[in-house]
Amino acid sequence: MEPSHFTRLDETAWQIECSGAMRVPAIIYADENLIRDMDEKVYAQLSNVATLPGIVRAAYAMPDAHWGYGFPIGGVAAFDPAEGGVVSAGGVGFDISCGVRTMLTGVPAHEVASVRCALADSLFRQVPAGLGSEGAIILGDTEMDAMLSGGARWAIAYGYGELRDLERIEEQGCVAGARTDCVSVRARKRQQREMGTLGSGNHYLEVQAVDEIFDPDAAKAYGLVRDEAAVTIHCGSRGLGHQIGTDYLKEMLPAAAAAGIILPDRELASAPIGSETATHYLGAMRAAVNCALANREILGHLLRRIWGHYFPDADVRLLFDVSHNTCKIEPHAVDGRTREFYVHRKGATRAFGPGHPAIPEPLRSVGQPVLIGGSMGTASYILAGMASAEARAFSSACHGAGRAMSRHAAAKRWKGRQVGDELYTRGIVIRSPSMRGVAEEAPGAYKDVGAVVAAAEHAGLARRVARLRPLICIKG
Amino acid sequence: MQLQGAGREAPRRLGYVTMPDGTASDRGWRHFAHGADLGVCGWGPTLAAAFEQAALALTAAVTAAQVAARDKVEVTCEAADRELLLVDWLNAIIYEMAVRRMLFGRFEVRIDGCRLAAVIRGEKIDPQRHQPACEPKGATCTELQVAQDARGVWTARCVVDV
Repeated sequence: MEPSHFTRLDETAWQIECSGAMRVPAIIYADENLIRDMDEKVYAQLSNVATLPGIVRAAYAMPDAHWGYGFPIGGVAAFDPAEGGVVSAGGVGFDISCGVRTMLTGVPAHEVASVRCALADSLFRQVPAGLGSEGAIILGDTEMDAMLSGGARWAIAYGYGELRDLERIEEQGCVAGARTDCVSVRARKRQQREMGTLGSGNHYLEVQAVDEIFDPDAAKAYGLVRDEAAVTIHCGSRGLGHQIGTDYLKEMLPAAAAAGIILPDRELASAPIGSETATHYLGAMRAAVNCALANREILGHLLRRIWGHYFPDADVRLLFDVSHNTCKIEPHAVDGRTREFYVHRKGATRAFGPGHPAIPEPLRSVGQPVLIGGSMGTASYILAGMASAEARAFSSACHGAGRAMSRHAAAKRWKGRQVGDELYTRGIVIRSPSMRGVAEEAPGAYKDVGAVVAAAEHAGLARRVARLRPLICIKG
Repeated sequence: MQLQGAGREAPRRLGYVTMPDGTASDRGWRHFAHGADLGVCGWGPTLAAAFEQAALALTAAVTAAQVAARDKVEVTCEAADRELLLVDWLNAIIYEMAVRRMLFGRFEVRIDGCRLAAVIRGEKIDPQRHQPACEPKGATCTELQVAQDARGVWTARCVVDV
């Protein structure tokens, strides 16, 4: 995008002024290079978000923003119930509560390197990944309801996880207000055999080495030790969330029309906060959040089991588990008054600053861990939420590197085997059910994750604590 | 696939695609680029043919391998307009793919106003042979268009979240 199309507020804040039906301005946090390389569609989509009723302060986009559907990926918007605000299924997307968890193993990275290929094969065989894969758990109606209400707590009670994990998961592993009666039969059927599956696309399980520490005090609080191995898992609410997104996008279109909401893009389908449609959607969406939390807890359990085979003395601890496609009711201070807003984050991470009561006590003085997945050939980052993120973007930060190239273009440019071979020469082992999938996820298809996290830090959203480099990547 | 090779690249002119055997086809499909996801586009001499081709594009987003028309599933959907009917149609296929663990390679569509009835044929996913590249999550209203051009060719397209 052309920087001159924006009002530059500071080094990393670019404002789209109100025009047309926009109710508030739109702000993108990025450095100048990221802005120049960003898809033009982000400008249009963020401007569209700014037209929705009851939007507060501004529509925001994170440094990894790219063209999405309805909202841009990397989009954040808060809506005020007192000002006719809305809930938008399009503002959360199909992969409800897609998120990341990072687990610390305490095992030196060189010990992992010595069993790299065998470990990769074990993970690939035992962690169900890709379209058509099935988990070991088949849920009947009663267990489905228990899972949708209980989230990671259900998984642990079911024998898949550890009790101590709960304090390291957003919402302590279980979001309140889930409405199992608002989840369709089709959504349930899609999830019946998908618990403990990784999914596909950009979802992955990656074994990593802590490569660099930027903030030793924060790293110590987080338990990050240089040259030790960590494991990061990226996936969401699987078929259940996809179907809930599908069901309610369809339902919200007539609901928006009935409420007189003019949608600049049908994908922004919304319903007024408090309406029956919005209430039902939020109940179903929270059930999907619990599904995602349970799913990642089960995957963490599978990881521990496999890891224990190779490293029997290892104590695999959860650093944190955070979602990046959600709508949450959160108190925020606007114009000197703290009120509750409906904060939509689509491809954006909650990033509470130091001292926030929602952060687990051992991490509270540092700030909430913000887990940034990179590409399988570059790096991932652990950041800490900054207090300034509250005023900058309702305590939000980026969620990944962000795509720089479409899947279509990437598959034309690279061959999966060539990508895998090249990564292997750099010590990174890739396992995937699909070589074309590997090509579509080639590291070159992503933005420079280092530039994205540096921009997030300069923008006052989240600061760098550590960088992780990939050793093994299981792609779905 | 029914039209393997016809649609991987965008044809210069919709409606006339040269088949591998040299014959001309009046229908086809292609993918188009989207930031993180993938666009599917089908075209044909009728609305139903364009919907069938869009479905082939959806399957081709997942696999480049042959999909045998072994088992039959019946699908119906209804929507407020033709464009939303396309979204519903693709979502119905995505649902059947997910719950039956199947891929579909042949589609016979009948459309009456904003109602659709179809017979779709396919087979169980074989990860070794099909090597599924992605898992479609849902069809979106982004870049959604169903239209007939001046030559009478119908086009049906939208972005699918993968």
